[in-house]
Amino acid sequence: MIARLLEGVPRRGLVALGALLLLLLAFPAFASGYLLSVGFLILYFAFVGQAWNIMMGFAGQLSLGHSLYVGLGAYAAAALYVHFGISPWIGLGASVGIAMLAGAVLGFLAFRFGVAGVYFAILTIAFAEFARIGFDHFSWVQGSSGFFLPVANYATNDLWNLRGSPRMFYYLMLAMSVAAFVACHALLRSRMGYYWQAIRESPEAAQALGVNVFRYKMAAVVISAAMTSLAGVVFAFYYNNLFPEQIFHISRSIELILGPIIGGIGTLVGPLVGALLLTGLAEGMREVMLQLGVEVPGVKQVFYGICLLLVVMFLPHGVWPPLARRLGLERGAGGRGGH
Amino acid sequence: MHGAWAWSAAPAAAADTEMSARLDVAAISKSFRGLRAVQGASFEVPAGGIVGLIGPNGAGKTTCFNMIAGVFAPDAGEVRLDGRRIDGWRPDQVCAAGVGRTFQIVKPFVGLTVLDNVIVGALLRSNDVPSAKKLAEGIVEKLGLGPKRDLPASALTLPDRKRLEVARALATQPRLLLLDEVMAGLRPTECDQMVAVFRELNRAEGITILLIEHVMRAVMALAQRIVVLHHGEVISRGTPEEVVRDPAVLESYLGEETEV
Ligand SMILES: Nc1ncnc2c1ncn2[C@@H]1O[C@H](COP(=O)(O)OP(=O)(O)OP(=O)(O)O)[C@@H](O)[C@H]1O
Ligand SMILES: [Mg+2]
Repeated sequence: MIARLLEGVPRRGLVALGALLLLLLAFPAFASGYLLSVGFLILYFAFVGQAWNIMMGFAGQLSLGHSLYVGLGAYAAAALYVHFGISPWIGLGASVGIAMLAGAVLGFLAFRFGVAGVYFAILTIAFAEFARIGFDHFSWVQGSSGFFLPVANYATNDLWNLRGSPRMFYYLMLAMSVAAFVACHALLRSRMGYYWQAIRESPEAAQALGVNVFRYKMAAVVISAAMTSLAGVVFAFYYNNLFPEQIFHISRSIELILGPIIGGIGTLVGPLVGALLLTGLAEGMREVMLQLGVEVPGVKQVFYGICLLLVVMFLPHGVWPPLARRLGLERGAGGRGGH
Repeated sequence: MHGAWAWSAAPAAAADTEMSARLDVAAISKSFRGLRAVQGASFEVPAGGIVGLIGPNGAGKTTCFNMIAGVFAPDAGEVRLDGRRIDGWRPDQVCAAGVGRTFQIVKPFVGLTVLDNVIVGALLRSNDVPSAKKLAEGIVEKLGLGPKRDLPASALTLPDRKRLEVARALATQPRLLLLDEVMAGLRPTECDQMVAVFRELNRAEGITILLIEHVMRAVMALAQRIVVLHHGEVISRGTPEEVVRDPAVLESYLGEETEV
């Protein structure tokens, strides 16, 4: 099993990944509280970027409404915890189930009735907006006035109820990101991964080779939704407050796709690199400006815009594929180079 | 049955019947917004046979393929594979039933390597990725794409893309192979090589072949029987020798644009 996972991965790549992992593991030991929160955000965006990449990067289905799954995951686990004291480790079952159901309904409507391309993307936005408006009036979770979790006691780490220090959340997010990375690597090399990429490249040709296009597109949406909802669970217990206006907002959906776009759509490492670059640089810049005593509202958005512009103009496949080539980490086969 | 080509443990003697499928096309028609692309075309391909489908541009040949392969359902008529109706099935269902097809306008998975393209096809009847890979490697070699197997398909020339179409279709281990102008653009020697590959497949594995081809050199070398389509209707059929002497065919097709 492990041998099969490692097969064909360049040794230098493994060493680099190992070093990165060690660095990430050691990071909290020397990071300030603020840096730790930046580290958490980077891992968070690496994780959701990875999840989104399954749909867009692997299977070629553009979702601009992934905030839907974050929000559903967050609300489901938070509501079960607040109302019934159910541990988020149990509650995440509901989060995943609801998100998968939402993804399945969306996928069914789109793929059965041939909604594709731009229209599909718009449908994903519509679903997220629908949820946003719906949750504004959902009194069980306090509607638009916001749903709050009892604030955590930072002194003790209660992993079972996800009440604890930022450090605990950092390590949780790290574990999730590593798991997502390994899972995506395995998925990409499975039958499903081949079929997804075939569908991405040419659905007609895939179908002529016996691929049930509907089924595999559905699988991409449902798996991506399930993964994304897990990020939502952590989000809820980390921030302790949920507002439909924020969590389901389209800007959240856009924010989470910037990482993989800048890092490299369809690559395994792209979402990580993108999250590191975007979140790391944006927060770093903000910090520098704070030190200098300048405060410009919206500077983060402008920064994102500039990054996106530069990548689209000069690195149309994202930062990672050319970087991988430069580092000699490119794998001979599979995908859009530079896995 | 040898090596990567074997797809069951059946003895070689049984291969002919097992790998072959019979195709019956009965009075199929298809119109596109009033334009009658195919009108009541009927023909059959016996199990293990090689039949050529020829005709001038726009005659409806590719449309016939699309109806057989499940891209469109015929407006009227029937398509039977080994006696079982398959018209109206989805393309993936038709493929699973044992029909492999190539696209005249090639549709490679450009972001994938040549080998990965073929693996996608090979997965249909393989239990796992490693065995699909093994099967695909054999097919890639057979079609002369071996040296290019790790290149992205986007790097291939048109003749190589045509070979890739064939390789992918073969990887699904079809009992009936539909070839849509796979020789177009090949040099005469390359064309002869491709003809040899199909002959061998047909002889050793018993694969039934229906081919659309403008390159008469290839059709004459391969086909046991030829069906001529013109304005969506079958205007002639018979052995290659009969067809090329048919005045109707000479007038509508061969007289004007024979490509040898
Ligand atoms: N999807 C489609 N939509 C509309 N019209 C079509 C479609 N496919 C084919 N046609 C039309 O149907 C007619 C038959 O086309 P077809 O592609 O079957 O011809 P063909 O015999 O394969 O020609 P060629 O030798 O040029 O490949 C043509 O007039 C073509 O324009
Ligand atoms: Mg044609």
